Amino acid sequence: MAERIKKQRGERGNDDADVSESASPAADTGRSEKLKAELDGLLDEIDEVLESNAEDFVKSYVQKGGE
Amino acid sequence: MAIHKVCGVETEYGIITRGFDANPVVASSVLVNAYAGNFPQLTGWDFADESPALDARGFVLDDAFPPEVETHLVNSVLTNGARYYVDHAHPEVSTPECTSASQVVLFDRAAEEVIRRSATSANEKLPSGHEIVLYKNNSDGKGNSYGCHENYLVDRNLPFGRLAGLITGHFVTRQVFTGAGKVGCEQPGRGSTAVPYQLTQRADFFEEEIGLETTLKRPIVNTRDEPHCNPNLYRRLHVIVGDANMSEVATFLKVGTTAIVLAMIEDDVLPYNMQLAKPLQAITAVSHDPTLGATVERVNGQRLTALEFQFLLLECAEKYAQQYGLACVDDARGTGEGELILARWKQVLEGLEHDPPSMSHIVDWVAKKRLVDGLASRHNLSPGHAKLKAIDLQYHDMRPERCLAQRVGLETMWSADAVAAAVTEPPTTTRAFFRGKCLLKWPNDVVAANWDSLVFDIGDEPLRRVPMMEPLRGTRAIVGALIDSATSPRELINMLGAGASETSGFVDPGMY
Repeated sequence: MAERIKKQRGERGNDDADVSESASPAADTGRSEKLKAELDGLLDEIDEVLESNAEDFVKSYVQKGGE
Repeated sequence: MAIHKVCGVETEYGIITRGFDANPVVASSVLVNAYAGNFPQLTGWDFADESPALDARGFVLDDAFPPEVETHLVNSVLTNGARYYVDHAHPEVSTPECTSASQVVLFDRAAEEVIRRSATSANEKLPSGHEIVLYKNNSDGKGNSYGCHENYLVDRNLPFGRLAGLITGHFVTRQVFTGAGKVGCEQPGRGSTAVPYQLTQRADFFEEEIGLETTLKRPIVNTRDEPHCNPNLYRRLHVIVGDANMSEVATFLKVGTTAIVLAMIEDDVLPYNMQLAKPLQAITAVSHDPTLGATVERVNGQRLTALEFQFLLLECAEKYAQQYGLACVDDARGTGEGELILARWKQVLEGLEHDPPSMSHIVDWVAKKRLVDGLASRHNLSPGHAKLKAIDLQYHDMRPERCLAQRVGLETMWSADAVAAAVTEPPTTTRAFFRGKCLLKWPNDVVAANWDSLVFDIGDEPLRRVPMMEPLRGTRAIVGALIDSATSPRELINMLGAGASETSGFVDPGMY
């Protein structure tokens, strides 16, 4: 299928090889620091785009049952 | 041999208005009309053959479905073969019939795009400060749920009781990779303290193992017997137990693995002891435990985790593939779809077994949990805090600039260009091709359409209905050249009727 994009593992998608390579404590620390930095960046974004009045937003989100 | 697993999904979207109050039925109608308004020639849906009260167990339920005339008002057929309408108080898109899980992913993405374009069109027409916003989720967090239903073509010869008993184990345990994640719990008497986070949106709403209802006392296996095709040969298994997924790979796995398990049941290779002893208890136990430690009980008394159960199913599927092949889930172009499903299935189970966070690019509940846990720890928020519930909702926001799912690094299977094409072009491998191509070529002459027929106005004669009782006919291979060469619907119908019926697969068009 020409139009299908080649599968790309996200940065967080560590396959088995990565896991075994990062068996040493130093590598583990490096990996978890990278993940933490990445998550921090993501949470900064969330803080920015999250509905400013979360309580009102959640309270007013009411749906009728469907199906 | 198992018949081809023709499949599709139908998704109801959550809808809210901002800056003004509107009844959700009205808001949904405004939305669908705003989209339809861009295509004045859009064709209406034909309800002549609908029978949602027929039960697969062989009876008809009286009064189960009171007439809801208002839901019939806004209803259209799209040129990609999909149906776009207002169902109860939600806009809903049904994908066209597909021959593979990959195709379903593509047309589910196209459906999202239709929803986005509708919102843009509707909001342009509303006064400044007024906005309609859509969510691809399944619960409002207050006990109200709406569905993402899957459909699979099943051999009519397969006894329904056997099918229901064996597919239930998959429905309960596949939650580990199909769950879209939910903050809190909507089971009576249990809230965010008891269950701060769970795997699925839907598990809290199931009260029966098997039944016809979809809105009250929801069953894990729905018995609606409305095949929308030749009822002597086929069933359509209508699956109401799943979540709507933001992750493409999750949708792929949800549909792909279910199609393979159904094929195994049809070919009677799935051991009977793969049935669960207490499925209702099991479905919430699995969903309520994000550590994946909850166990389910098989009818032989063995207790095992959902992941262990899934590994057993995968093992059966791998043996099945060797003995029978997986042509029945391939999209008729020999793309190795079956092998891809098995490989991704194995990948997600192993990932969840060894390091669940590593699956945050595939599994929605994992991706969402990362955000929820991260924000809770950053701001020291207690379980069920409004900000955490806001993350839960906004993960599914259809506005690209607000959608959290678009920020978490989910893997994609289809390019934006492929999705844009699928908004207007039908799949080539099912009867949706005939439906979509006729609508594209003769938008003013197709006066009504539904899943299994098209009605043409050919001028001074009575309306002509073309039945499409075979989902795998009406394909590009069978009718592509006919549609290309016909210069009018009248000519097309003459070609279909005069000796072409063997090749088209359609019965001679009858009088409407």
